[in-house]
Amino acid sequence: MTYMHIGKDFTPPDVEGKVTGAARYAEDFKKDGMVFARLLGSPIPAGRVVSIDASAALAIPGVLGIFTADDLPPAPPPSNPALAKEWVTYIGQPILAVAAESDHLAEEALSKIVVEYQRRPFVVDPLDTLTEGGPDPYPNGNTLIRNAGEAAAGTTASGTDVGRVKWSIDQVAAFRAGREPVGAQFGDEWSYGDVAARFAECSTVIEEPFVTIGQPHHSLESRTGMAYWENGKCYFHGSLQSHTVGHDALSAMLEIDPANLVFINENTGGGFGSKIFPYPMMAVTGRFARKLNRPVQLRITRAEEFYIGSARSGMQGWIKIGLKDDGRVGAVDVAIVNDAGSGGGGSASSSAEHISIMFQPEAMRFRGLAMYTNTTPRGAQRGPGQNEMAAVLAPMIDKAANLAGVDRVAMRRLNAPRMDGKIGARQGGISSSYMPEAIDKAAQMFNWDQKRSLPREISATKVRGIGVGQGFHTAGSNGYDGLIRIAPDGTIYLHTGVGNLGTYSYAGVVRAAAEALQCDWDNCVVVHGHGDLNLPHSTYQGGSNTMFTETRSSHVAALDVIQKLKEIAAAEFGGAADDYSIGGERVFRTSDSSKGMSYGEAAQKAIAMGGKYSGMEYPDDIHRTTVRSVQAMQGTGLIGVAKDTLPRSGAVPGMAIAFCEIELDKETGKFDIVDYTAVAECGTVVHPKGLRQAMNGGGIWGFGMAGFERHVYDPQNGLPANVGLYQSKPPTYLDVPVHMNTAGNDMPDPQSPVGARGIGEPAQGCAVAALMSAIADALDGHLFNRTPVTADMIINHVAQNGFNTGNLKTNTF
Amino acid sequence: MDVAPQETLAHTLRYKLGLTGTKLGCNRGECGACTVLADDVNIYACSTLTHEVKNRAVVTVEGLRAADGTLHPVQAAFIEELSPACGFCTAGQVMSAVALLKANPRPTREEARLAMSGNVCRCGAYDHYLNGVMRASGQLS
Ligand code: FES
Ligand code: FES
Repeated sequence: MTYMHIGKDFTPPDVEGKVTGAARYAEDFKKDGMVFARLLGSPIPAGRVVSIDASAALAIPGVLGIFTADDLPPAPPPSNPALAKEWVTYIGQPILAVAAESDHLAEEALSKIVVEYQRRPFVVDPLDTLTEGGPDPYPNGNTLIRNAGEAAAGTTASGTDVGRVKWSIDQVAAFRAGREPVGAQFGDEWSYGDVAARFAECSTVIEEPFVTIGQPHHSLESRTGMAYWENGKCYFHGSLQSHTVGHDALSAMLEIDPANLVFINENTGGGFGSKIFPYPMMAVTGRFARKLNRPVQLRITRAEEFYIGSARSGMQGWIKIGLKDDGRVGAVDVAIVNDAGSGGGGSASSSAEHISIMFQPEAMRFRGLAMYTNTTPRGAQRGPGQNEMAAVLAPMIDKAANLAGVDRVAMRRLNAPRMDGKIGARQGGISSSYMPEAIDKAAQMFNWDQKRSLPREISATKVRGIGVGQGFHTAGSNGYDGLIRIAPDGTIYLHTGVGNLGTYSYAGVVRAAAEALQCDWDNCVVVHGHGDLNLPHSTYQGGSNTMFTETRSSHVAALDVIQKLKEIAAAEFGGAADDYSIGGERVFRTSDSSKGMSYGEAAQKAIAMGGKYSGMEYPDDIHRTTVRSVQAMQGTGLIGVAKDTLPRSGAVPGMAIAFCEIELDKETGKFDIVDYTAVAECGTVVHPKGLRQAMNGGGIWGFGMAGFERHVYDPQNGLPANVGLYQSKPPTYLDVPVHMNTAGNDMPDPQSPVGARGIGEPAQGCAVAALMSAIADALDGHLFNRTPVTADMIINHVAQNGFNTGNLKTNTF
Repeated sequence: MDVAPQETLAHTLRYKLGLTGTKLGCNRGECGACTVLADDVNIYACSTLTHEVKNRAVVTVEGLRAADGTLHPVQAAFIEELSPACGFCTAGQVMSAVALLKANPRPTREEARLAMSGNVCRCGAYDHYLNGVMRASGQLS
């Protein structure tokens, strides 16, 4: 299909501001009378606050007040409280905030506050608390229980509780040693097919343990926010990945009517899953400003971002994979224990989902359990569950394929989902899949056939490894609203409530509206990022879902505009709406193009006609956020507004395939990635440069997960050992390839009006998998069964020091 | 303007001069988001005392445009290559690229990545920043 805008590069409107410094982030805003607030964090991993003495701090001139858990609604476990009191559950957990006329004074005040704590036992390794008699991270237990309970007001948790689960010493010992924990209790289980019968048909069966270690998000912009109150309204400068979808939740945190919140967030300095929805600390910013009746900037430092900025769950598990003679996956059995930190759920079921879609096993069983520990809270991080599974699975799949005598890539192609692919426990369908074609394309770009026959030995100390891996994440939803206004001067305002998290999807999705309206992009204005700009209710920016979901809502709003343009023209020139067409930013009679008017003239007529044409009336099914926006624009132009009710069925898969070639130095344990090639299977490519940006950025995240990033906790004191950026080690320029070679498969998904699906998460999953596969390949198929694989592990392996998976641990080395 | 003895250049720029283009990613010399030029050399403004740059020419990202408003070639190239992702590290990347091209107008890609390696990009837009450097130095058409 030939498009006017879709598939073409464009310059998103916010790029210039980013290179000139004009783009403003939450911390860049200042307001007259603004005061600075800072946090005091817990020095102990578990306990309770007995007393707080802030008298010396409050006596300092310029120190304005403190804000504690008593100023917030109660948030019992397992909700993640903004400020802790009765349940202190990790080192660094915020206890209170103090505000002062300057940042410096606020820091001085912090040093004068005396907090008395009562200690409780703590635990940093999920298997330690799982063992009978082991310590519990909360007084009432060690695991998440889902129930129908309501969330405490002002918190983001819902329907959860803390329970207790224990395994026998023998079961834990078996699991630690990499064996199936026979008879052990799990919290979450699903299966399909006859697993035992399908295993019996397999000629190749492998059993492997695995461990992945959690890692902080460390978005470069911390979650600093600034809020002030005027005439009963809260103006909130925040840092979220999403925009309007968080509006009601933030209003609830502040206990105000949503109409009295103006959320401002034009730019967000990264989120990666940690800022999808309003987070607890936002309650402190807004409420402290109200309490002091002053604008408050709550500054979050880099170290605090480590503590409260969320992190990926670690996981420890055991898997059994069976291949049939022809290389097809007959059965899979997988058991996973997640480290959920001091809050958050595990993502084990998503890990299993990755296997189910990428390899389409005929039968499968999954068992999972999420254990709390006294470490930082965990949450969604770029493909939670799926990507860490992609990481550890790739070398195991290689092993199974090699044992079965099937080429690693051919084996993946054979098992890849096709249009009739199935996913997960219920074996539901998917919207589309061209994964075999994507694998072929990437293999050709990488030159797999030639590279696989290259010698592994490069020199006396250097070896080559080549690897392949896949990534997956569900990538689409539906049911959100689109909103467009054509002004009387003909300017087309494309309103979106999509957040600007750095992917340019906020602009990419409204290109679908420009496409339907066949209008010049230069005549369009993308309206986003500010609650006073009349934005529609849009989807959350997470889970790769924006492109699919929001091209649909943009499209339906454009269809509404087109219908109204035609009706306006018919009212002017006679005939029926169907007698009219659009083109060149005009609506005209199809049989006589002289009978028509420009979009601007139609907008003038819309104002005169009123009713639905100028937003005086609007559909019943749109969200109240959209209703408020339409009402604010009534009579200002032609208003197109609609909820996406287009048909949709099955899961929407975002997928990617990557290839990696490395040169590994056996003396230093370091490796260089000399070729990285990846192809996104994400439907039609909407914005080629944006897709490359997403694929390359995800690739870097994959390299970080494979080789560098991890939590490390001291089991004696519960202290995190790598709070800073340089310790938790996101990749730098020197850790990644000099060139990256990425592309899109560019085949349309039938359920998107422009054929698009999302890709953010799979971009990391395919990269970490391909690199792990390449490392194993360079070391003659050795499996470390864990991420990250660090240089010291490689050296120990080469020196045959026996460092491997024995005694697996997630948080400690 | 009064500058306290312990005041960092980043603080002075952001909070006293309102030049918020210079970002604070870590405030402790780990990320490069605060990079500015002092006499054409890229430095971390978070880890430099304002008094240290007395009598030196300090340029921030806001000061790169030509007098007629034209963007600096590095800025133009970064737009062309869609170098920024979230943009929070971008000002620092721009300043390091400007410093590099002053010292070495036609760097190889390898030289560029070494010169830029003090600037972390959590979004992982490295390939795109390197493309921007190569374009700004006239080596990419
Ligand atoms: S803010 Fe200066 S190096 Fe990070
Ligand atoms: S563009 Fe986001 S940190 Fe570099």
